[in-house]
Amino acid sequence: MRYNRWALYGLLCLAAIMIMAPVFIMISTSLKSMDEIRNGSIFTLPADPSFAAWSKAWFGDCTQTLGEKCGGLSSSFMTSVQIVIPALFLSVGLGAVTGYSLAVWKMKGANVMFAALLVGMFIPPQVTLYPLIIMIRELGIFGSIQGLILVHVIWGVAFTTMMFRNFFKTVPQDLLKAARIDGAGFWRLFWHVMLPLSLPILGVAMILQFTYIWNDFLLGLTFGGRSGQPMTVALNNLVGSQFGEKEYNVDMAATMLTALPTLAVYLLSGRLFVRGIAAGAVKG
Amino acid sequence: MALIPAMTITIVCFYGFIIWTFVISLTRSRLLPVYKFTGFEQYVRLFANERWWTAMQNLAIHGFLFIGGCVVFGYFLAILIDRGVKAEGMFRTLFMLPLSMSFIVTGVIWQWVMNPGLGLQEAVRALGWTGFEFNWIVRPERSIYTLAIAGIWQQVGLCMALFLAGLRNIDPNIWKASRVDGIPVWRVYLHIITPMMRTVFFTVFILMSAIVMKAFDLVVALTGGGPGFSSDLPARFVVDHILNRQELGLGAAGAFVLLCTVIAVISPYIYFELKKERGGRGH
Repeated sequence: MRYNRWALYGLLCLAAIMIMAPVFIMISTSLKSMDEIRNGSIFTLPADPSFAAWSKAWFGDCTQTLGEKCGGLSSSFMTSVQIVIPALFLSVGLGAVTGYSLAVWKMKGANVMFAALLVGMFIPPQVTLYPLIIMIRELGIFGSIQGLILVHVIWGVAFTTMMFRNFFKTVPQDLLKAARIDGAGFWRLFWHVMLPLSLPILGVAMILQFTYIWNDFLLGLTFGGRSGQPMTVALNNLVGSQFGEKEYNVDMAATMLTALPTLAVYLLSGRLFVRGIAAGAVKG
Repeated sequence: MALIPAMTITIVCFYGFIIWTFVISLTRSRLLPVYKFTGFEQYVRLFANERWWTAMQNLAIHGFLFIGGCVVFGYFLAILIDRGVKAEGMFRTLFMLPLSMSFIVTGVIWQWVMNPGLGLQEAVRALGWTGFEFNWIVRPERSIYTLAIAGIWQQVGLCMALFLAGLRNIDPNIWKASRVDGIPVWRVYLHIITPMMRTVFFTVFILMSAIVMKAFDLVVALTGGGPGFSSDLPARFVVDHILNRQELGLGAAGAFVLLCTVIAVISPYIYFELKKERGGRGH
């Protein structure tokens, strides 16, 4: 029995090491100099850890590029923030109201609409990409932050609606009846009864939407243009650019910087994230 | 009234745009949409396109390895954690950590680890094992396998979490009974627990399939579809033809075929979800 326990912990630790190794390699590479990277192995610890690569990834290096663009990731970080915050509140807010309407006020066609949304969550974004480009262009917001916000709201609403609807379905009918007898209308019931009840699911939806929007690449690439480039797109450009010698330490520092906000949210929110990720996985 | 925005989005942006894409796929559109219908010509071109078939074949290989790997490793990790270990929360947190990162980040990390000159291959060779080879990322016949490695690394935690939730729902009396009967633990899992978990397996399969079909970011960041088009995937084929190659009609045809594949896989799931919904009201 005791040997079994050892084997169990051994396997778990092995799995943990295998999962963490790439993250460890990323961090340690970002702290090395290029000479050390060339001469050493990816597993060795940095001999003389330095944040030089980090500052280069963040502020940019004007000596190497062709003068066209010399900002590091800092400007696209700001772009990402400007996209995420409004898109987050709009998509979660709209999802809460829609989910509430579908679950509580049984209108004609509510189930059809729910089914349509459920299917909608699985539609690959590529399928509606071009019509969406035309629409955003016609609205005159192509290549801007506003355009990206709108696209994220469109793509997020099916998922957030689904989460809130499933949650509001579990609210006891008696509670709703009592509130309605007390004279609560559509919005009063929403603000004063349902929304306070839904705080945990609200947290989950916010965390997941934040992660999805921050991590998005396709929409940012397509709709961002030059001025609305989010961090994932900038990272991919940075790593893929072929000017001069490839600086792996800067690449890895840039990768860390891009991953940090969602990593922080994950580590800080812990259980909420775990609870929600299963429900949110549908959106992939 | 409150439903209007969401309803508009659903009807116009989902279903309307799908129809629009289908219409474009029936035309000769290249750079801009041209509404001159040519029937299924674009589909004929698509099915004669070698790159498309490479991409579809890659989707099958990647899908099989990625889903299989996530299910097997995810279930295995869930069972390990379910054996009542201490520090369960810590292991769970670690296994799910990659989930918080984007596919772009995942792709860049693994591109570095699999770099044949400076990455894992060189590190192992430096340890004295000089014949070691791990250069799949630059070998056209192997590059598709690298996608599954990075993909499994990122998503295995999610599968673990879903399986773990399933295992926690198993009636503890089953364990008591099997202990009384003296059945070895591994046989209980294999012959009793696993069959009871079939709905969880089904859900995991559907979720992972949905991720595979949309797979775009990972292939862009990890291999760029290369070397050549050896690790291309349909989602990337579609985006490339619409955005870069001015082959709008062909891209739309590819998108529509992709959608049909998604629907074929997803529809049983949607059916069960809705049935559960209807059946659930009676209880």
